[in-house]
Amino acid sequence: MEILSEDHRMVAEAADGFLAQSHSISAFRALRDSGAPLGYDPAILSDMAELGWMGIVLPEEMGGADFGFRAAGLIAESMGRNLTAAPFLSTAILSATILRQVGGPVAAQWGPKIAAGEAVIALALEEGAKHRPERIATGATRTGDGFVLGGRKSFVVDGFGADRLIVVALLDGAPALFWVDPTQDGVTVAAQILLDHRNAASVMLEDVQLDASALLAEGEAAANALSSALAAGRAVTAAEQLGVARVAAETTNEYLRTRKQFGTLIGRFQALQHRAADLYCEIEQTASLVSAALNALDAGAENAEALSRAAKAKTATTGRQATEEGVQMHGGIGMTDELDLGLFMKRDRALTEFLGDAGHHTNWLLRQRGL
Amino acid sequence: MSNLEAFREETRDWLEANCPVEMRQPMGEDDICWGGRNFTYRSPAQKQWMQVMAERGWTVPAWPKAYGGGGLSGPEQKVLAEEMRRINARPPLQSFGIWMLGPALLAFGSEDQKRHYLPQIARGEIRWCQGYSEPGAGSDLASLQTKGVDKGDYFEVTGQKIWTSYADKADWIFCLVRTEPDESKHTGISFLLFDMESEGVSTKPIKLISGASPFCETFFDAVKVPKDQIVGERGQGWTIAKYLLTHEREMIGGSDVALFAKSDLLSDAVTCIGLDESGRLDDPMLRADLGRFLVDEMAFDAHMGMARDMMRKGEELGARSAELKYLGTELNKRRQSLRVAAGGSDDLVWEGTSNDAGQAARDWLRSKANSIEGGTSEVMLGILAKAVLKLPG
Repeated sequence: MEILSEDHRMVAEAADGFLAQSHSISAFRALRDSGAPLGYDPAILSDMAELGWMGIVLPEEMGGADFGFRAAGLIAESMGRNLTAAPFLSTAILSATILRQVGGPVAAQWGPKIAAGEAVIALALEEGAKHRPERIATGATRTGDGFVLGGRKSFVVDGFGADRLIVVALLDGAPALFWVDPTQDGVTVAAQILLDHRNAASVMLEDVQLDASALLAEGEAAANALSSALAAGRAVTAAEQLGVARVAAETTNEYLRTRKQFGTLIGRFQALQHRAADLYCEIEQTASLVSAALNALDAGAENAEALSRAAKAKTATTGRQATEEGVQMHGGIGMTDELDLGLFMKRDRALTEFLGDAGHHTNWLLRQRGL
Repeated sequence: MSNLEAFREETRDWLEANCPVEMRQPMGEDDICWGGRNFTYRSPAQKQWMQVMAERGWTVPAWPKAYGGGGLSGPEQKVLAEEMRRINARPPLQSFGIWMLGPALLAFGSEDQKRHYLPQIARGEIRWCQGYSEPGAGSDLASLQTKGVDKGDYFEVTGQKIWTSYADKADWIFCLVRTEPDESKHTGISFLLFDMESEGVSTKPIKLISGASPFCETFFDAVKVPKDQIVGERGQGWTIAKYLLTHEREMIGGSDVALFAKSDLLSDAVTCIGLDESGRLDDPMLRADLGRFLVDEMAFDAHMGMARDMMRKGEELGARSAELKYLGTELNKRRQSLRVAAGGSDDLVWEGTSNDAGQAARDWLRSKANSIEGGTSEVMLGILAKAVLKLPG
């Protein structure tokens, strides 16, 4: 229902055109079948950088396009539609937002590399099976001229093959952000391929010696940077999941228009029509909520965090409805690897867990309202 | 300063000076200003507010000035709505004339009809009702049988309507009548306007489960309707009706009017149920339901906001009004169910000493009609499946 600005419409068209052409579902299939542990084609980085996407939320002095979160969401939605595998959320959204906010020499040096597609940066935040950013056990202690880091991180998206990690660790009882080279002593990055065939490493940190410059931010500055990055990450992830849901629904509607059983098109059956129409309504209002969240982030609005959490919660529910209805309405063929639908279902599941599921964010919204 | 900013400043000042303090309080269904020949204003402030807004054309800000409207552009309408919301100004006038007949006349009426009927609506002088459903024509509206026999310079209308909202309080009716008995189901209907005081018109309120009687049965016994009171061409009634239903659905979906009083469901739940030791609502299952509702409400609000922006840019929602109607009414039913669940036995009270005794229960019961009136949820889903998703019919 949203009327996009001319600039945003152009971004959406460019993303749809380019990704469908160069990084399509068949490319993703080929990548998956190759079993490459990276989970993405490294060549995509320079392609996306050339289009200005890797620096989409970075300021111009960091080599970015400074085009905002609504635009980033349009790219992510198109990536969802095409199942494009790229370190976009990890690097161009989460890490870029943190670096932009903390500033300093690391940001000055690495921001331009991100924008140029020359660096992949992963956020090492999670420690358990569920997203609990406030429950961190990884700790840092001060040494003479630096820090020692210890702990274990999981679900580090694009962590395998990353050039640097941003590690969230407790320092003096509060979360702080550390810039860590994964090749240094004490850091073990174990590659894992998830059900959606993307890489999310687990990272062991044992007596990792860091010098003072590794501290990106601590105290309130670290909390603020992390909170901004998570709000942005949630809204942009929601946009990707919206793209996934849209394709699942569109594919299914096309099947209803063409599949014959009992001597007629199955799309004539009211039982299926009503479910398809209900799903359509849910997708459309989900899309409006995602847009509202991204626009609020761009405007720096007070309710941006609440909206981005609501968007993340809502896309989790709608994405599940879209992919489950898709498989069910396709029947047996919906269970086959040959049909793309299953790939969308798997991506949907991973996106739901990434940066918090519906329950997590709904609980936050209720707490905020005093419940 | 841009023109729009100047308009905002001017609007803000004017509203500040002209909106009575009483008209900035939250309102219930009884506080709606419907206008009409027999309307009793609840307070002098209500009348004054309606009149000053009507003088400015702001009871219908989007309509052309020539027909009593404000002639505001889309962005100006948005500014006016925002500035009214800023001071919690009540809608000065609400009516079926504004929501439904007006848009139909603007699209299909003759110039004479527009100049005659629209200003009366804008000034709140004539209250309209809608003669659509019949005992044998509910969801299958086009099968309606009320007939209008051609008697030369008038139609003689005979038949029965049902679920006519506020027919007993309305001054005039816009009515679907079968004037072309030899034409097909959809092409034999005309759209007629007539005075409810005409000879042969009678109404009978229907008592609902909520105890209220917002709907009537309406009977026509050889009512004479002059031929210049037809809107559009003979046999064009169904086209007009469908167009007008999209406006009705936008309205029921909640586009421009707060049809449903929005109490703060969440804080009411805390008041009724209390918190546990961890500071959470002391009813984990209801809390989860409220959480799901909250997220869906945020989604619907965002969606309505975007729909409003589209409409202000002059784009028609068409079949997509069914999507707003479906989502908005199903959401309101959930809201009312959650509200009485939170209220527990307190909200079982039907008659009592307090002012709002029974209100939650009545609102809850009333809300059951939301997904029936103006086309059932099932009809909406059918429309979307065919018109938007292009599933086979």
